[in-house]
Amino acid sequence: MGRADRPVGGVSIGVAMEPERKDEQGVVLTEAQKRARRSRSIAIALALGALVLLFYAMTLVKGPGVLVRPL
Amino acid sequence: MSLVSEGADFRGPMAAGPDVGFDEPSLATVGDYIALLKPRVMSLVVFTALTGLAVAPGSLHPLTAFTALLCIAVGAGASGALNMWYDADIDAVMTRTSRRPVPMGRVKPGEALAFGLTLSGFAVATLGLLVNWLAGALLAFTIFFYVVVYTVWLKRATPQNIVIGGAAGAFPPMIGWAAVTGSLSLEPILLFLIIFFWTPPHFWALALYRAEDYARAGIPMLPVVSGDTTTRRQILLYTLVLVPLGIAPWALGYTGLFYGLTAMVTGAIMLVLGWQVLRESRPAETACRRLFAFSILYLFLLFAVLLVERGWGGLIARLAA
Repeated sequence: MGRADRPVGGVSIGVAMEPERKDEQGVVLTEAQKRARRSRSIAIALALGALVLLFYAMTLVKGPGVLVRPL
Repeated sequence: MSLVSEGADFRGPMAAGPDVGFDEPSLATVGDYIALLKPRVMSLVVFTALTGLAVAPGSLHPLTAFTALLCIAVGAGASGALNMWYDADIDAVMTRTSRRPVPMGRVKPGEALAFGLTLSGFAVATLGLLVNWLAGALLAFTIFFYVVVYTVWLKRATPQNIVIGGAAGAFPPMIGWAAVTGSLSLEPILLFLIIFFWTPPHFWALALYRAEDYARAGIPMLPVVSGDTTTRRQILLYTLVLVPLGIAPWALGYTGLFYGLTAMVTGAIMLVLGWQVLRESRPAETACRRLFAFSILYLFLLFAVLLVERGWGGLIARLAA
């Protein structure tokens, strides 16, 4: 980390680099945020799975005429 | 004299600036998102749509019927989420709505908007693809009417907000009917008219004893803008139109005597309660609370009897087919 080792104006730039390092780590989630995100992800997965099953079952119900609909 | 707060003309999400709330990771739970769907309103929508679906002539596979009701329910929920996105500012200052997820800060406005738009798209597309496009188009129009015409345009602009906006709540039986028949006729329009004319007495009875709440939020409900006496008179006038409309399905031969008797007895009670509301003077509110509570039972009874008398046999036959 060449930039961090060079003193600039008598102040080590290592201090100024702190926010930059945080940015490199990205957004760090708290435990509560991770739990909330996990529960939301599971709900989305279940909903999408149900939608796939619904389309599959409706295709079986409608048979070859699945795309034939009034208006 | 107007009770509407000064400076409450324009709010909505745009008033809060461009921030839609994506800068901080969300703590919203699945329960918060379910609350955005307004489950109680959704249950009434599903019930009236089921009635429309069950009384319609023709046959529909049980899974197709389930799909239609699911799409209508999700579409209604999506409208609720979009309504909560736009109305977060007024929800925050009203006692009845201040604990909703957006004003409480549990769901960010941008999340509610994205959720509502995504569900709307899925509900309309699925109904159109799997059932028929008339039902899909009616659902799309209902969502548009509730969110854009009622929530964005009318609600903060005119005391006729719930009169015109009430149409959004009246469409579900028509969507249910269209899901079966792929067309519309006089009977589903009658069901539409019953809910349409039921809405003003129902909501104005509530607004009479929540007038201060609405005034604080700057919503021009009729009691806030035109006063107590005018609202009570209007409630009785709308009830006078509603009761014959409630009896009309029997009078036109669409239903049996049991429905006719139910509509006449409950209609008479509605008229008595409407008259009591007119005779009651501010700040008394007992008659308003009675009318508000009974109006829910009135609509439920009309549609439940219709479902049992006209629809149940047809529904069982369809399920057995």
